[in-house]
Amino acid sequence: MTGEELLASLNKAFGEKIQNKTEFRGETAFTISASDLREIAQFCRDELSFDYLIDITSIDNFGEEPRFESVYHLYSMPHAAHLRLKLRIPEDVGAVDTVSDIWPTANWHEREIYDMMGIKFNGHPDLRRILMWDGYPYFPLRKEFPLEGLPSEMPDVAFTKITQMEGGPFVTRPGTAPSKDREPRARPPEL
Amino acid sequence: MLETHSTAYDSKIEGNVIFTRFDAALNWVRKNSLWPMPMGLACCAIELMATAASRFDIARFGAEVMRFSPRQCDVMIVAGTVTYKMALAVKRIYEQMPEPKWVIAMGACASTGGMYRSYAVLQGIDQLLPVDVYISGCPPRPEALLAGLMKLQEKISRERSFRNQKPELVEGFEAGLS
Repeated sequence: MTGEELLASLNKAFGEKIQNKTEFRGETAFTISASDLREIAQFCRDELSFDYLIDITSIDNFGEEPRFESVYHLYSMPHAAHLRLKLRIPEDVGAVDTVSDIWPTANWHEREIYDMMGIKFNGHPDLRRILMWDGYPYFPLRKEFPLEGLPSEMPDVAFTKITQMEGGPFVTRPGTAPSKDREPRARPPEL
Repeated sequence: MLETHSTAYDSKIEGNVIFTRFDAALNWVRKNSLWPMPMGLACCAIELMATAASRFDIARFGAEVMRFSPRQCDVMIVAGTVTYKMALAVKRIYEQMPEPKWVIAMGACASTGGMYRSYAVLQGIDQLLPVDVYISGCPPRPEALLAGLMKLQEKISRERSFRNQKPELVEGFEAGLS
């Protein structure tokens, strides 16, 4: 089966539940609703042989509603095909079903999203922070969190202070310019 | 009360006796046998390993004995980015080191946070530990680390070690003199 045939059978099985289909460099992405996630994920793995969950990412569309978005990057080893599932999560819900029983690798990906973005995963076996320490009070990749951080204190575990930016964050410039123009330098954000 | 011998004028042992200050002898012993605590946290640790290996050979300065137990170390080489999550662990290891002890902040990250101006990185290990020598570079070359180590040796050789470590003995001796 090719990627197109896989998609056709996915369309046949779910039809209306699959929306906003987009194509980019031969990789397909579409939007589903959060309640259909487990059903579609199970189908993708068992029937369509998307046996590899490459990554789960999350997006904070600050100021929009629904605010959060999570993206599941799937890959089929037997058919060499990519697939992306996107779903929107309203801020007042702030949770989505886990897929860690379908793809075990999702366990840590979902912990990372919980740690950085604060989206919870219903049914996750061990939803703790993975990068920051237990008890850190913020979710650092949310848009309202300042890059320089906020002060916090956990005695004997860790503390954070506000970073002095002094000319902006260190940012690399992409492109083919000489390396002295591309290397990380203090650049104020271009607003 | 103080008995003096004529050792220096004894022709049998002349040349085998050296007069010096006690501090100078103590510092000379200390500075030539600095056992480092390799606190390798990022890419600087690769340069630290290169410094220890055959091409650059930190053994020429008596600092080749990297100890992974802080209880056997003299100088902590903080090599790399200190995140807030790691910061108190670094401090705890430093506190386990016996006195006298020194700290080298190797590279931009350990000295100032470097290019990581973000919520997750401690902006310089000197916010937690007393740093003796800062080494610039990202990462510094092994020669730079060796230069930093030599700077630390110079610093140690100027220390008033005995007075700093046993002030009660020095005061007692001075009281006896007066």
